[in-house]
Amino acid sequence: MADTSHGTGGLTFDKSKRSWPNEMNIFMALIIIVVLFEVLGQVLPYMKGQSFLFDTRGNFDSIFNEARLQIIILQVAVIGIIAIGVTQVIITAGIDLSSGPLVAATAMIAMSFGQTELVNGNPNPKAIFGLWAMDLPVIVPIVIGISFGGLIGAINGTFVAFLRIPPFIATLGMFLICRGIALWWSSGRPVSFPTESYKFIGSGMMPVVWFLLLAVIFHLILRYTVYGKHTYAIGSNEEAARMSGINVKRHKVIVYMLASMLAAFAGIVLSSKGATAQAGMGEFYELFAIAMAVIGGISLTGGRGSIIGTVLGAMVIGVIRSGFTYIKLDGSYQLMAMGGIIIAAVVLDQYRQRNRA
Amino acid sequence: MSEQIVLKTEDLTKHYGGVHALEGANFEMRRDEHVAIMGDNGAGKSTFVRQITGVEQRTRGNVWLNGEEVDFAGPLDAREAGIETVFQTLALADDLDVPDNLFLGREKTYADWLGPFRILDYKAMRQATIDGLNKTGVKIPNIRNTIRNMSGGQRQCVAIARTATFHSKLTIMDEPTAALGVQETAQVEAIIRTLKEQGEPLILVSHNMRQVMDLVDRIVVFRRGRMVANLKKEDTDGQDIVAYITGAKTGEEFMEHAT
Repeated sequence: MADTSHGTGGLTFDKSKRSWPNEMNIFMALIIIVVLFEVLGQVLPYMKGQSFLFDTRGNFDSIFNEARLQIIILQVAVIGIIAIGVTQVIITAGIDLSSGPLVAATAMIAMSFGQTELVNGNPNPKAIFGLWAMDLPVIVPIVIGISFGGLIGAINGTFVAFLRIPPFIATLGMFLICRGIALWWSSGRPVSFPTESYKFIGSGMMPVVWFLLLAVIFHLILRYTVYGKHTYAIGSNEEAARMSGINVKRHKVIVYMLASMLAAFAGIVLSSKGATAQAGMGEFYELFAIAMAVIGGISLTGGRGSIIGTVLGAMVIGVIRSGFTYIKLDGSYQLMAMGGIIIAAVVLDQYRQRNRA
Repeated sequence: MSEQIVLKTEDLTKHYGGVHALEGANFEMRRDEHVAIMGDNGAGKSTFVRQITGVEQRTRGNVWLNGEEVDFAGPLDAREAGIETVFQTLALADDLDVPDNLFLGREKTYADWLGPFRILDYKAMRQATIDGLNKTGVKIPNIRNTIRNMSGGQRQCVAIARTATFHSKLTIMDEPTAALGVQETAQVEAIIRTLKEQGEPLILVSHNMRQVMDLVDRIVVFRRGRMVANLKKEDTDGQDIVAYITGAKTGEEFMEHAT
């Protein structure tokens, strides 16, 4: 690689001046938070010298407390999948508030095509459709669910790009519409008893597998494809993107579609994980997904942010949740702490931006 | 039509509702020429540029590029046809680096069958960027720096280098030095001279009389949406041009329209 110099006209660039990538800060913050909980665990009198991170029970042959690590990431995996899409939307200087209710609506719709005919030898008591919709191959509910997400995303994107409705308003409307769809689908009754293969999608650590797999795929897409470059360009300077010949409207529709398809997939995973779908599912998911992206260093004015940042943001939220449980503090403190951290993340980021260049 | 004419417009007109921003512009330039467009604010300079570059759709009139009649649906069409423009509002994406901006909307890629997900050829774009910047003498310490972290002069140089990198048939600059300091202006002017030496035709929209007299061969003056003068540099001076700009004088061939 001709990486030795990126200068022209005889000028060269001092590599030691290269700025510290934004993601490193979040990673440092993550480590600090983990250390903080570790120290708290040692110091607090009622904790009896437990460890947050390390295996102290000695009955497992490992250094780390694997169960805790698994829980940390498992509990953010579903929202993390949504956050991957929301990150892309925010990079284009948009926002997507509809993802939480879309999770619920998709969960209901997808699972009604993934039900099993017989439960313990009796007909499925929660059946939505007749026998024709029972024991379908698992691809059917997945395709239906993701297509539904794509449709909702296409509507979001059309309103934002072609009708120039502010993204906040367009997706707020869709937020209510999707919650309505979730309630209307089965008149408020939960959908349950999925097929074995449907249950597998979200079983065990599968949500984490999906989350990390999708994160890697979309990281590569954002960094190495034309789609990714144009997404950043639009958020950075929409007018410049337009003048450079980028089809900004079509691109935005694609971004919103992908975001909603990811949220729809999260809905499928979530319903599979709990083996049930309810209209009230996914409450506040859209806000937590946005919070992950924000903690991950995204700029709500567009152009900046990354999937790596969002994954780290998700980890921060996961660590805080499980840390508070670990030091036996109530959920109410968790919410307050998380709120504080989101604000702190933005304040620190703005401070850093101002002190640069 | 002569082979030498790179751009010609006839009766080029743009109305914004009731506002006649540009009225019947007949313009012509040869391949080896650098032409300045001058005029007061709102005289129609930028409107004229926007019609040629396809950023807006003209109300009436015809445009020929290299003897071929053209009708651009958008700025990309114009760019593909070989008209490169440096806009007044710099059309740069602040969060992207230099190669990204140079190649924005026309990236070098692999695996084109992937459609919007085709893969960027960063290495080739970087190399082409370095070559292009060196050709025009643009000095930038690190092309992988984002535009946000660059000075006004560097930004302007990147915007201009974009035009120079892509062997354009015609380069248009809309007030390239309006927001720049003395040194940065000098750097931009040096690039313009380089383009002149390489025989690249250029339209320069500018308010800066010294700059115009230094750099171009011919000066076209707009006033209230109409062309009012078409002057060779040798036949005119600053005083004379100001007279045309303010309306104290009107070129003979444009008399019939002037009111």
